[in-house]
Amino acid sequence: MSLLSINGLRVSIGAADILKKVDLTVEPGEVVGLVGESGSGKSMTALSIMRLLPHGARASGSVLFEGKELLAASETEMCRLRGDDIGMVFQEPMTALNPVKTIGEQVAEGVRWHTGAGRSEAEDRARKMLDRVGLPAARFPLSRYPHQLSGGQRQRVVIAIACALKPKLLIADEPTTALDVVLQAQILDLLRELSAENRMGLLLISHDLAVVTEMSTRIAVMHSGEVLETGEPARVLSEQRHPYTRQLALASVYVPEGRRLSSPLEGEVPPEAAEGVASALLSVENLTHDYPGQRASLFSKASSFRALDDVSFNLEAGRSLGLVGRSGCGKSTLARLVLALDTPTSGTIRFMGETVTGRKEAELRPLRRNMQIVFQDPYGSFDPRHRVERLVSEPLALLDPVPSHEKRRELVAEALHQVGMKPDDMRKYPHEFSGGQRQRLSIARAIITRPKLVVADEAVSSLDVSIRAQILDLFADLNRRLGIAYLFITHDLTVARAITDEVLVMHEGRIAEQGPTAAVLDNPQSQAARELVAAAPDLRKAIARRLQ
Amino acid sequence: MTAYLLNRLITGLATLLVASLVVFAVLEVLPGDPARLMLGMNATPDAVEALREQMGLNQPVPLRYLDWIGGMLSLDLGKSYTYSVPVLDLVKERVAVSLPLAVIALVLSVAIAIPVGAFAAQRRGRAGDTLSMGAAQIGVAVPNFWFALILIYIFAVWLRLVPAGGFPGWSAGVWPALKALILPAIALALPQAAILARVTRSSLVEVLGEDFIRTARAKGLPFDRVLWRHALRNALIPVVTIVGLQFSFLLAGTIIIENVFYLPGLGRLIFQAITQRDLIVVESVVMLLVASVIVVNLLVDLSYAVVDPRLRAR
Amino acid sequence: MTHTATPHGFADFLARAFASRSFVLGLVITAAIALMALVSFFWTPYDVTKLVVQNRMLPPSWVHPLGTDQFGRDVLSMIMVGARNSIAVALVAVGIGMGVGVPLGCLAAARGGWQDEAVMRFNDVVFAFPALLSAIMITAVFGPGAVNAIIAIGIFNIPVFARVARAGALAIWPREFILAARAAGKGKASITIEHILPNIATMLLVQGTIQFALGILAEAGLSYVGLGAQPPMPSWGRMLFDAQTRMMVMPTLAIFPGLAIVITVLGLNLLGDGASDALDPKLAGRR
Repeated sequence: MSLLSINGLRVSIGAADILKKVDLTVEPGEVVGLVGESGSGKSMTALSIMRLLPHGARASGSVLFEGKELLAASETEMCRLRGDDIGMVFQEPMTALNPVKTIGEQVAEGVRWHTGAGRSEAEDRARKMLDRVGLPAARFPLSRYPHQLSGGQRQRVVIAIACALKPKLLIADEPTTALDVVLQAQILDLLRELSAENRMGLLLISHDLAVVTEMSTRIAVMHSGEVLETGEPARVLSEQRHPYTRQLALASVYVPEGRRLSSPLEGEVPPEAAEGVASALLSVENLTHDYPGQRASLFSKASSFRALDDVSFNLEAGRSLGLVGRSGCGKSTLARLVLALDTPTSGTIRFMGETVTGRKEAELRPLRRNMQIVFQDPYGSFDPRHRVERLVSEPLALLDPVPSHEKRRELVAEALHQVGMKPDDMRKYPHEFSGGQRQRLSIARAIITRPKLVVADEAVSSLDVSIRAQILDLFADLNRRLGIAYLFITHDLTVARAITDEVLVMHEGRIAEQGPTAAVLDNPQSQAARELVAAAPDLRKAIARRLQ
Repeated sequence: MTAYLLNRLITGLATLLVASLVVFAVLEVLPGDPARLMLGMNATPDAVEALREQMGLNQPVPLRYLDWIGGMLSLDLGKSYTYSVPVLDLVKERVAVSLPLAVIALVLSVAIAIPVGAFAAQRRGRAGDTLSMGAAQIGVAVPNFWFALILIYIFAVWLRLVPAGGFPGWSAGVWPALKALILPAIALALPQAAILARVTRSSLVEVLGEDFIRTARAKGLPFDRVLWRHALRNALIPVVTIVGLQFSFLLAGTIIIENVFYLPGLGRLIFQAITQRDLIVVESVVMLLVASVIVVNLLVDLSYAVVDPRLRAR
Repeated sequence: MTHTATPHGFADFLARAFASRSFVLGLVITAAIALMALVSFFWTPYDVTKLVVQNRMLPPSWVHPLGTDQFGRDVLSMIMVGARNSIAVALVAVGIGMGVGVPLGCLAAARGGWQDEAVMRFNDVVFAFPALLSAIMITAVFGPGAVNAIIAIGIFNIPVFARVARAGALAIWPREFILAARAAGKGKASITIEHILPNIATMLLVQGTIQFALGILAEAGLSYVGLGAQPPMPSWGRMLFDAQTRMMVMPTLAIFPGLAIVITVLGLNLLGDGASDALDPKLAGRR
């Protein structure tokens, strides 16, 4: 008998079918990876098992846990199972803990509820469990509050809560998506160990094929409410029997056409660079930036946090430079400084031979038209109150003279055409587009003034892999046709490999290593770069390892 | 935490200082000659001059302000022009009515609002929720002084359970005095409770949608236990804010309600003082009320630190 | 990452608002009261300035639907004229609050630093003066009058709108589309006008209806204690004051003006509730 066996699970909210046909089994001690793009129904499947679906959702089919039908269980029976036999870990560690209760209380609470243990006994067990997940009481006493811990540490507390009573099944819903790659590797290791120690079944939900391939004994591929195929990960991903599996696998390792051969390691250098641009397009010298910190008391001076420490690099015209590193390493600060949206504490930034730092806003205008930005969040990067025409044409105010109304419309139409959208789209509002389309609009806005440099801040990070592949194509294409240079900020090394010529590895505000992308990522020299590369999930390597 | 407390304390004191300047400017500088204002157009120049002398109006303005503030701090509020007694004695006597009334009303409204709000949040979307929030919606729209009139009509005129107004004084015994305060307190408390119940419910419903509630549910805790143990304390933070803001409405309400029930509190005192143009009394009482609003808001700020550990860290 | 559902355009907002029962009910009530006040400019059943002593204290009848008061004035006519007064006071007071408070709040959010601090401290001070206390001070110096109520309630509205505008603007400033506008060379002033204000406008309107309702209540309270509109100008609060001593004889004198206040405030609150649910669909049903 399987530990968990789901057969023909359907979930609908109102008239909409969220899950159509989900079949899945988990055996004791087995790690099953559930993978799919956003909206495929992964989280709904998890919540159906826990019977914590949102109000108004109706589930049918069968969910058997140790042979017991969960869909027919009473709320009291479910309360007995949750947290005792079935634990769950969620995506967002920053908000998953109650901010007004100590971590000790929160771990001990479930123990006391299920076992009826006294306060001191429950605290004892909580202490042991927190110690097991890597939060020893000596450094992390039970009296700590969640806000005193980092994201990775909070996720460890959530795991301690879920595993405190040694559940038979642990459901982990995107447990590492909000964490950087190094923390991700640590948390995944912890989950794997916990599963092996107690023969705990682990249902690992993720959008990241590489993560589930490395972790799981079996994977299930999900698409629009259905499990398409299940099996041993390397076999599923190499045979690619289902067309969607094939699409997903290809998109996950996608490298835009034309960039595959132009890697400097293989000898060929992009033509723009070869024509010999005398000076660098962007040059950053000894850049340092401090953020003011919280004052400890009214009378002491505020201590500051050094976000960037003596950073120098050059970017030549038409080239693509990647900026990679763990979260909080200073990547985004650097982007803001380069775009003159913030003033550095010290150091110089030169763009097209002119000094950016220390200029007044009015004097920056001629430079601004040559540098634009594309953001991560395709939802937050447009003012929802304006039409596309107005939004995309916004940077045109930087041109001298400012183009006439007709001319602006023409330029917007051209920019839309270049990113593969229709001129008619300019009359719509941003919410009428999908995430990928909005990212195209965002790029249209960035290229409308024909800039020399576009800073892309995690510009493909929140997109599903298949959309991501299309947007990477667009970036590569614009680079080829318009000669735009990119400063490409990303936490995802696969993306850095796909789109950049050179890469800077940042660590705690400093540049740890720089060089041609393939060289640095294949053979990292610095400690920071080695850690980053080792922790980053890599689908090809994972499959290769599995096939051995 | 000390930094936070100290910061709030200093801000509170600064607010108090600026507020006292405002009161002084409006009541002593704006009228030009307060003595003339107090005595009216028909007063003889000699009488005006005598009052000017008594009020110290012949001194320069900054000195007058310092005198006034110094007097306040040493509990010398001056002498009432109309009653010819020290203002402090008048105020003491009246505070003994107004303060108990405000406190009873505040406690009553919190004691009603939080259970009702929690009850509605627990039964979100069901009949209990709709009914209690519908009642609250109406309660918010009822002016407390009108509600007071209706209470008087029902309980005093019709049922004759309590007196329709007046106050026997605390010397008449605690029970008769309290009895005279019951209706006024209810009239003040219920409309406030309606607002607070709505805030409690919406705050709770919002907290119930947070991630950590799901974590608590995944531990196996039943919904009701999660509501009381996890949601309520987080939901209290906005509720406490509203209680603080409401205090100033409550104070204003007290002043009006005292007029409905003929209670000899600060509200009655201030209206008598206005009619008699006794600026000295008006100034002292207004300053006292403003100071109490500021102090209550300071207490609310401090209570955040008790409810929310994130503030304690600062 | 969380995507907050923002309404897209005013038309969308209206469509959602009209789907809400409380919005529609509130709109109907508010429109009816406003219509009543408007009609009173041209026509009332009786002249409220004329005292007809032989008709005093009549109970409700076909001739006088809501009865007459101690001077023989028609109560329905007085309530109609009183609506005019209440609405005017509350509307101007909200106007003062918005006109001063919103620019202050936007300034605080855009500039930050000492300017933000100054606006916040200013708010603290004004918050310490409930409308009633301001009205008491003004009346003590300048004597009673309808304008006192407007000024007192208006002043108290300033920090309310400053806070709402500041909080709304602070939530918009870190958004990426603001950074994009800055990368397009836009200054703080033009970003505030082009991007911040349109995005907090609906929120301000919702707060406006709430303050409008509070203004009606406050005006009634002030005129009840004699700090608002002065006789012979009829006002709801004053009518209640006059009714108090005659309640044993004629309770309807106290009931009808009170109901007028309750219905008006209820209508505005329902309107505000429905609108704020439409503003943030995630919060729908939370109130």
